[in-house]
Amino acid sequence: MEILQLLLSGLANGCVYGLIALGFVLIYKATEAVNFAQGDFMMLGAFVMIGLVNPQFMGLSFWLAVPLALLIMGALGYLFDITILRQLFGQNQIAIVILTIALGFVIRFVAGVIWGHEPLNLHSPLALGDVRFGEVVLSLADIAVIVVTVILTMLLWQFFQRTKLGLAMQAASQNQMAAYYMGIPVKRVQGAVWALAAAVACIAGILYASKGAVDVSAGFIGIKAFAAAVIGGFGSLPGALMGGLIVGVIEPFASRYLPPGYSQIAPYALLIIVLVFRPHGLFAQVRTKKV
Amino acid sequence: MPLTTAKPLSEAGDQTQALLEIRNLETFYGPIMAIRGVSLDVPEGKVVTVLGANGAGKTTLLKTISGIMDPEKGRIVFDGHEIQGREPHQIVRRGIVQVPEGREVFPLLTVDENLSLGAYTKSNRAEIAQARELVFSYFPILAERRQQEAGTLSGGQQQMLAIGRGLMLKPRIMLLDEPSLGLSPLLTQEIFEILRRLNQEAGMTMLVVEQNAAVALDLANHGYVMELGRIVMSDTAERLAASEDIQRFYLGHANEGARGERRWKKRKTWR
Ligand SMILES: Nc1ncnc2c1ncn2[C@@H]1O[C@H](COP(=O)(O)OP(=O)(O)OP(=O)(O)O)[C@@H](O)[C@H]1O
Ligand SMILES: [Mg+2]
Repeated sequence: MEILQLLLSGLANGCVYGLIALGFVLIYKATEAVNFAQGDFMMLGAFVMIGLVNPQFMGLSFWLAVPLALLIMGALGYLFDITILRQLFGQNQIAIVILTIALGFVIRFVAGVIWGHEPLNLHSPLALGDVRFGEVVLSLADIAVIVVTVILTMLLWQFFQRTKLGLAMQAASQNQMAAYYMGIPVKRVQGAVWALAAAVACIAGILYASKGAVDVSAGFIGIKAFAAAVIGGFGSLPGALMGGLIVGVIEPFASRYLPPGYSQIAPYALLIIVLVFRPHGLFAQVRTKKV
Repeated sequence: MPLTTAKPLSEAGDQTQALLEIRNLETFYGPIMAIRGVSLDVPEGKVVTVLGANGAGKTTLLKTISGIMDPEKGRIVFDGHEIQGREPHQIVRRGIVQVPEGREVFPLLTVDENLSLGAYTKSNRAEIAQARELVFSYFPILAERRQQEAGTLSGGQQQMLAIGRGLMLKPRIMLLDEPSLGLSPLLTQEIFEILRRLNQEAGMTMLVVEQNAAVALDLANHGYVMELGRIVMSDTAERLAASEDIQRFYLGHANEGARGERRWKKRKTWR
């Protein structure tokens, strides 16, 4: 039964990693750059939500605040792309990567100025407390996080399969030149990808903040999410989610069954093993070229 | 050699005005001038071909028309409107579609999804469905492979998909960049036969860029020869096919060997 407990909390953390990893992959596929501020987008999303909902800030109703927060984060993602990244068009990808690292610093600084450096709890209806079966304690927040992630995944799947914009995003990432030939406004579509990635990060932030307190350094779990994306296969959306779940589940088991300290490195040990044996990740969508 | 019979633009509305008119076009890659003052006409309902060796500037010419590249000088007039320097999606919306060199399909999407993307700028569902039926009537193989990932199609099928995807726009003009590239002589014949039917049955206007002069001149009404960014010859397709230079440099080896494929790519530029 303890296993169930570990599994549940692992999966719930894994959902948050997976959603951040999804943002990494979305942006990577669209622009071939890695957005190292993705974890900080998650943190910012959580704080925007706290700012909208918590009584000491604006005190809006949670369900009104969700779409508002998504809108704010989506707009920030879009604006970052069209105002700042667009200036680097044609530059080395390294320049873009460094810019996103700088953006992470800026986000942490600004969040610290607005919301302070103390950990804060989101007043979330998902923070439901625990249920107890004998000696097993299951967190309802963990279950809620998993349910929300499953629903979001299905919605995203529908979005990519059924909508014109979703299809255009796939097209622009698979063959950007051909997307131009089809009359797809590629730059606008890329802006929309940044908006989507930021909105997904915002949902990850809301879930994260529903499970416990957040502070401005919460975004550093983005590093684990990055490992998750690589484990899943950097270029595969389902792979990113699966990678997140794997990393999430490994952690609690490693800290339970391995000597102290090992659990911290468990995700990265797995990362190295995967990179050695399946360099494209576990779920990569590549046709491997021989030679 | 006769040069283009260009009409000045003041005669807009003139019966003989071409659907697509290009005047003194110049396009650069940084300091490199790839298009050096090209003028040509594509009349409505006709097939015009531009022949040229590797690096002549054929692809650059089409990219400039499609808005992928901006010209430094010159005008591109489509249906009476200047379109040079516009964004690619604005140009597609006017009914100009480019079928790119080397097919460039979306490899992980299905045939059906690739076709849907060809109609990206359209929103009328009935019209899109009708366009899809038209595509399937010309390329029945695509109807059989609707759910197959485009990247797993053969080269010839991918070329058919690229043309079909272009047709989904119901374009007013198709710009085809070396449709014979990498295809066997037999498949080349087949594709060009379909292009001929598209022109004759559907009245499709086409600008076909080719190195395979034999099939291109057979299909086209009018031909231009391009060399190092300039038009060096312009004449009816029959007269070009009969001309000595073309015979020697483009058709001379047309019947030699059966290796077909990129034979034209190997010919050195002539001057
Ligand atoms: N991206 C680029 N940067 C710099 N020069 C380029 C670029 N693309 C093409 N060129 C140059 O422009 C000229 C014309 O190239 P273009 O691709 O238009 O030729 P082409 O006639 O289509 O040749 P091919 O038959 O091989 O496709 C060539 O000299 C080429 O080297
Ligand atoms: Mg070319």
